[in-house]
Amino acid sequence: MTVVEPKAAAAPIAAVVTSRKRSFRPRYPGWLTTPSLLYYAIFFLGPMAILIAFSLATQQGFGSLTYGFNTAQYGQVGSSLYVSIFIRTLVMASIGSLLTIAVGYPIAYWMARYLSTYKLLALLIIVVPFWTSFLIRTYALKIILDPNGYLARDLGMNILYTKYAVAVGLVYNYLPLFILPVFASLERMDWTLIEAATDLGARPFTAFREITLRLTLPGVVTGALLVFIPMTGEYIIPNILGGGNYEFAGNIIGDQFNQAQNQPFGSALSISLMVVLSVFVAVYIFFATKEEQFGA
Amino acid sequence: MRRLPRAKLGFTAWAVLVFAFLYLPIIVMVIFAFNKPAATSLASYHGSNICNIPPTQIGNITVWNGFAPCWFSAGLHDPTYIPAIVTSLQIAAEASVISTVLGLAAALALARMRPRFRAPFDSLVYLTLVVPEIVIAVASLIFFVQLHNHFAAFPGLGKATILIGQVVFNASLAMLIIRARFVGMGDVLEEAAYDLGSGPLATFRQVTLPRLLPGIVAATLLSFTFSFDDYVLPAFTNGTTNTWPIVLYSAVRFGLTPAVNALATIMLGVTVLAVVVTAAILRRSRAQVGADQERTRGLSITVGGLR
Repeated sequence: MTVVEPKAAAAPIAAVVTSRKRSFRPRYPGWLTTPSLLYYAIFFLGPMAILIAFSLATQQGFGSLTYGFNTAQYGQVGSSLYVSIFIRTLVMASIGSLLTIAVGYPIAYWMARYLSTYKLLALLIIVVPFWTSFLIRTYALKIILDPNGYLARDLGMNILYTKYAVAVGLVYNYLPLFILPVFASLERMDWTLIEAATDLGARPFTAFREITLRLTLPGVVTGALLVFIPMTGEYIIPNILGGGNYEFAGNIIGDQFNQAQNQPFGSALSISLMVVLSVFVAVYIFFATKEEQFGA
Repeated sequence: MRRLPRAKLGFTAWAVLVFAFLYLPIIVMVIFAFNKPAATSLASYHGSNICNIPPTQIGNITVWNGFAPCWFSAGLHDPTYIPAIVTSLQIAAEASVISTVLGLAAALALARMRPRFRAPFDSLVYLTLVVPEIVIAVASLIFFVQLHNHFAAFPGLGKATILIGQVVFNASLAMLIIRARFVGMGDVLEEAAYDLGSGPLATFRQVTLPRLLPGIVAATLLSFTFSFDDYVLPAFTNGTTNTWPIVLYSAVRFGLTPAVNALATIMLGVTVLAVVVTAAILRRSRAQVGADQERTRGLSITVGGLR
């Protein structure tokens, strides 16, 4: 009797606790999303909608438009000149992203694996360049790469206004953006797995490839996407370091609104860039996540 | 495992090399803030102060011509640079506050919302981050012009339109940062506060908000930085307003003087100083409050408030 009673008494309490846990969760009211939802609807979806309308409109003389369903602009986008600029943009952004991975991954690995006291300092060192104006940093790169400068005259690296200068500029400006997410995923790594692998006879590189690389792949995928997307829309770097000889899709879009004043064509170029980019990103995500099944 | 010292050495060497690459342009920027105009241009220049030489006559300043310290005062007295910096600071301050408030409200509601309702909002947020900035810039330009043409109350291109455009991206950014912190916090302390009789508003003010503060500060600072440094969007939606990046861009393309480097050096100095001071303050406050104490501080404040 005395053994059963506590059990019987405990059961209702347990039931109360579990039901209470299920019924109560501190929540914030859904209407808190209304301000930002309204803001996005007006100032993000609005511009996107009018961009689509413009891309199908017809330009008549100076700045006057008639809306309609005119696909002529999209036909113009398909001409070889613009297709080659789109291809160049995607190729350069891919090369830039790959270079950023090659330069940045070892840094993130070094910080997560070998640093302890100075980890925060290293992080700070990587972030500080971000606090100097993007334009000033790109201009300073231009000074370094100047044909009269030390690199060009004495080391024979005369690359200003070429694709190499643009690639250097891309890696330079986007490196921190890649290192941070990869560092975050390396920080979550359980290094004892590596110990176990080497204890079982794996060589260091095999252990790295089979464990570290696989576990941090989601971080690399995110980081690469984080730099690839803005690289395809890059406007400043090709202008300053490419000197106008090496334009990206972003530059020709800007030109339609600044100089050519052909807004319908500029809109069609913008929509095309977005479509091409989303297809590219979708394919990339498909293959990147097919490889690994470990999840984020 | 026995660490491989050679591997560590290799990685460290690579890191040093990359850090040099990251800092070389910044060092060049600072050094060239003291660059003299070219000798040939100085010979034909008849003013008294060599730092008043106009960009068109300065000659090649991408090579080192000698030491001249007067660019700092020239930059600080420049009639176009200083107002542009003030405008940029103002827009960045407004954009960061508005974005953080919008982002905070959305983050609170979204973090504990059912996935079915959350998904559409989330996709919208990611869309604002994924669409290339140049596309948002030209789309905003035509949208703002149309809006102004049809509704006279809507401001014409200028400071206001730069601000409106920038808040879209920054609010998404703020939302993601604050939400990450909020989800990481868990809801145990809030539940405890409710159990102890604290109402929703008091719980938010005394439990949630203090613990969210690092995320909120990070979101505000990051939005400020992005807004202040943003060129592409303002370049299309500015009308006749000049922001600092816009002035810089035209200077870089059409001729600048080391005064620009001098101003950038001053700004970098101020930022680094602010970071060092903040780090020192954080360290002191962390030393005073133990790690365990910090975890329960929000709760004890609530309990204290109830008494």
